[in-house]
Parts: sequence; C-alpha cells; structure tokens
Amino acid sequence: MSVQQEPQAGPVETTPAAAPAVRRIAAQAAFETRAILRNGEQLLVTIVLPVLVLVGLVQTSFLDLDTQGYSRVDFVTPGVLALAVMSTAFTSQAIATAFDRRNGVLRLMATTPLGRTGLLAGKVLGVLAVEVVQVIVVAAVAVALGWRPELGALPAVVGAALLGTAAFTALALLLAGTLRAEGVLAVANLVLVLLTVGGGVLLPAQQLAGPLAHAAVLLPSGALGEAMRGALLHGAVPPFSVVVLLAWTAALGAGAARLFRWH
Amino acid sequence: MRKEGNPQFGPIATHLTRLVHTQVTPCDDASRAAAYDCAVPLPDAPAIDTAMDPAQAATAGATTAGPAGAAASADHGFAVEVRGLVKRYGGRAVVDGLDLVARPGAVTAVLGPNGAGKTTTIECCEGLRSPDGGSVRVLGHDPVADARFLRPRVGVMLQDGGLPTGVRALELLRHVAAMYAAPRPVDELAERLGLHGFARTTVRRLSGGQRQRVALAAAVVGRPDVVFLDEPSAGMDPQSRRAVWDLVRELRADGVAIVLTTHLMDEAADLADHVHVVDHGRVIASGSVRELTEGGSSGPGTVRIEAAPGLDLTGLLTTLDPTPAPLSAGYPLGQGTPAQQVPSTQRSGDGWVAAEAEPGVYTLTGPVDPAALAAVTGWLADRGVLARSVTTGCRTLEDVFLDLTGRNLR
Repeated sequence: MSVQQEPQAGPVETTPAAAPAVRRIAAQAAFETRAILRNGEQLLVTIVLPVLVLVGLVQTSFLDLDTQGYSRVDFVTPGVLALAVMSTAFTSQAIATAFDRRNGVLRLMATTPLGRTGLLAGKVLGVLAVEVVQVIVVAAVAVALGWRPELGALPAVVGAALLGTAAFTALALLLAGTLRAEGVLAVANLVLVLLTVGGGVLLPAQQLAGPLAHAAVLLPSGALGEAMRGALLHGAVPPFSVVVLLAWTAALGAGAARLFRWH
Repeated sequence: MRKEGNPQFGPIATHLTRLVHTQVTPCDDASRAAAYDCAVPLPDAPAIDTAMDPAQAATAGATTAGPAGAAASADHGFAVEVRGLVKRYGGRAVVDGLDLVARPGAVTAVLGPNGAGKTTTIECCEGLRSPDGGSVRVLGHDPVADARFLRPRVGVMLQDGGLPTGVRALELLRHVAAMYAAPRPVDELAERLGLHGFARTTVRRLSGGQRQRVALAAAVVGRPDVVFLDEPSAGMDPQSRRAVWDLVRELRADGVAIVLTTHLMDEAADLADHVHVVDHGRVIASGSVRELTEGGSSGPGTVRIEAAPGLDLTGLLTTLDPTPAPLSAGYPLGQGTPAQQVPSTQRSGDGWVAAEAEPGVYTLTGPVDPAALAAVTGWLADRGVLARSVTTGCRTLEDVFLDLTGRNLR
C-alpha cells in the first residue's frame, strides 16, 4: 500500500492480451484525474477551499496571527499547501473510492488487466496530478498576494507533499474500504475540518491551545504542516515530521491492506 | 405483435403467460414434425405459432457441432470448471458443494431464485472472491492465484454494473479498452450495441438498460475467451435484449465461452446451450434446455388454440379420445358456455384436459402426438372455425424451474 513503491515495478508483463502496465496505469491515472477535476463538489474541497482560506488569512485580520516575523502570506501559504494536499489525498480520495466501492467500480476494474495494484497506483498518481494543479493555483494566488518563495525550496516541498500524500491516501483507503459510502462522506469532511482547525496544518502546533499544542505535532496533519513550513520558511523538512509521517503511513497502510473490503 | 407490457420487469409468475405465447418447446421430433405439418393444411390461417424457435434449432446444432474455436479450451475442453465449490458468509454456506462446467463456443446459463448462490459462484470464477472449499478453474487456471494470466482473457459484467457514474458512456468504454493490447474497435462495438445515441451522456444519467449495454460492451471490448454476464438483460427494453442476445450468439460463434445468470426463462431457453439450475448453493438440475424440458415429462403435452370465445370443447375431447370414458365436467357441458364463466375445465378418460383459460384461449393437455394435432385442426375445420394460433408444446423451462425450486415466494 505504500506510495513510495514505483507502480511500474513488479514481474515482467507476460500477458500478450493486456496493454503494457505503464499504459494501463497512466490511463487509470488520467481517468481518475479527470473524474476529480470534473466533479463540482470535489473541486470545491480541493481548489476553492484552500484558495478561500489563503485569501481569508492573508487579506483579513480576524485571526490575530503570530507570524514569527514573516509576512502573513509567507507564513500562511505553506500551511495552505499542506491543506491542499490533505483535501485531495484524504477527503476527495476517500469519498471517491468509497462510492466507487459501493458502485462496484473497484470490483469491475479489478477484473480488467488493470487489476487491484494497477487501480491503486492509478489512484495515487491521479491524486498527485490533482495536487500539481492545486499547487499551481494556490501558488499563483499567493504570488498575486505578494508571496515570493525561494525556488530552491521546491525539492523539499515536493518531498513533504509526497510524504503527506502517502499518509493521507492510506487513511483515505482505510476509511473508504471499511465504512459505507455515506459514512465516509460525513467522516472525511468532518475530519478535514477538525484537522484544519485543530490539527496544526495552517498554523504551527505550538500556537494551538492547551494540550493540542503537544498532540498536534504527532498528528499527520501537524507533521505535514511542519514539513511544509520547514521546507518553505527554513529551507529543510524537520526530521521529526518525516518520522511522524512515515510512521502514520506504515500504520495506516498496514491497516488499509488488512481491512480494506472490495465488496 | 400483441401488447404485453414489459415482461422482464415482472416477477417470474408473470412470464408464465408470456412463455405460453412465445416459447414452444417441442416434446420430440415427431411432435415437432407435426407442428410444422399442421402449418401446411391451414395455409390461410393468419398466424400459426407452431414453428420451433429458430434459436432453439441453432442451439441444438451448436451443442452437437462442438466448439467453433477451441482457443479457450483447457485439457478437458472446459473453459470453466467448478468442482465442489463452497463459500460461506459468516459461517452460513451460500454456495455448498456446487459443480458447474462451461465449454468454449457455448452459452451456459445459471438459473436460480434470488439468494441461490449464483452471483457468489460467478464472483469466485472472476477471482473477486476466494472459495472456502472446492476448486475453480477458468481456462485451466486458478482465478485468484493466476489473476494476472486470466484478467486479459476473461470479460466480466457485474450484476450492479460497476460503472463509475461521473464519466460519459463512451469515454468509459474507451478507458476500459485502453487496458487491452488489441481491443475491439470501440466505435464498431458502440454501433453494435447502440451506444452512440448516449455516447456523451454521463453514466449517472443513463437508464438501467443503457447502463447494462455499456457494461456489456466493457465486458467484451478486450476480446475475451470467457465472458461472465451476471443478469445481462435486467432492466432492458426488448430491443436492447435482442441486441444483447445477438452479440452473445456472435461471441459463441467465435468460440467464446459465455456464462450468464438470469431470471428470464425465455432468455435461458433462447440462448443457452446448457442450463444449470441452482438452489440453496447447489446445482439441482443440469442439461440442455431440451433435456430439462423433456426430463420427467413423458406425460402430457399441450395444444394451445386461440380462436373465437365460447367454443364447446366437449366434442373435441370425444374426437381426441375415440373410446370415451364418462366425461367429467368442471362446468355444465352444452352449447354456449358463456365466456364469462371461464375457466371451464373438461376431462376425457384418456387423460385429455380441455380448458378455456381466458375467453378465446383454449388449452388442451394430454398425450399430444401428430394424430391428435390433426384431430384438433380437423375438428376446428369441421366447425368452420379459423384459429388465430395453434401452438404445441410440452413443459416450458419455467415449468421445470418452478417444479424444481418450488412455486412459493421466499
């Protein structure tokens, strides 16, 4: 279930009637990407919500931010990028997969040469493709608001996004594979709101109230937020965040692999 | 064409009437010959449904002719071989020692009431479920362990469709086609199944029958050797069903092994070379449609006549049974039994039973043979009665099915 795996890896394709694995997975990734970008509700969560949060936090002052000496836009944008990753890798993917599972789409595609692994690889690549679109949109809005990031931070940002995607996609699959579709719809949106407000995504965990200040750094949301801020504000992803995200990926991935029901 | 509503939506019981109208299953060669013969002396009769269904003839031919293309054959010639399959859900055996085989170039129908274990069996064959016991071989391979080998060679149409709802019909078909090295041309297949009319409609907005056609197209687009169709014509209008049946026959001619589950007795009777009747997780009867409908029915056949209402059949029974036993009558015999008093039933000593099931529709049940049919048509001619239709038949597949699985709702 780990996303670090190269989807193309595996035994050499010996089946003459099937298209090559790379082509199958690329087709599935494109298919998933189109499905998300065409769906109004998904766009609302993945594109509109992060942009609204960005503009809201930068242009208004109803939240008294301790920006640690950075400009508001510099301080807020990394967290918004982390939120964008969460919304796609977790909320959007959990809902889409849950309804695909209920409608039998997962089973049908599993009987084609794509298979279950190809389906999973296609979904993960589709998530990454949507994230590219999100980053471009969010970054463009942020630049318009005065954001001037270090281009040298890009590899660290990509690394943080990949780690966060792995952890949150695993969580999405765990939910989608165990709960009913309507339940997933509710839980995935609720969890996104809770993590956004109190999960250390948008603002550093230590700025949260009481025990959350300590707990949020251990959450995947807090770790992803810290990783993004580390990459863009300090030029490096904190090792602790990497460890937390890898641990969540391993735990949630193992859970999803064990508990995911295709029917 | 008589207007009969949309039969595939109704419960099985409503098919019965329809089947009597359309499904003629010859009891044996002699009666079939008689059926054809009787069309000759009544040339001016407008519609005599005595012909055997051509599909039936084709089916019979296909069984004896053997597989057209043996591409799919395993060592023993079976494309699908299920032995002693057991599948339990929560300790309850849904499939309980089921045996089933399907040959290349043949249509194998799995019939059974809801909950009989049909879909579970099919899903074990598709590799979607792992058996708890017994063995499943598709093209000689294990569906789970050898999934990589089988996926390109097996086409699947799920009962619930399994289509993503947010994409357009043809876009979906092109996507599934992209999974195969040499798929069927999508446009040609879409043309065959009439998908172009809603090519750019999202799956969400398609009718049930339209979705089924898209799902069928997705099942066959990869040129499979084996196709599993779980209730392929559920929710389809008659035109769609025809298109689907034609495609299935074409696949059969190409040597594909087709396994389908269905509730529609006429679908099984028209399409299937081999029928497995499943109940309580086991196969309780198996054979060709002819074998099933003939088995245990050495007894009575039926002659069905459509003519003017209110005919007094007493004389006919005497004609059919030249050494008459005392007639027993469900109704006072005599001229002008009012049509409103149907059904009226009369019996002769030789086991002939006559009834006017509804005004103008008469059913004669008894030892149907060529002479009996000639006697019936002769009797009608003597009275100057022109029948709209004369049909012979023995038991329908539906009769067999209901006899085997019981007539009670469950």
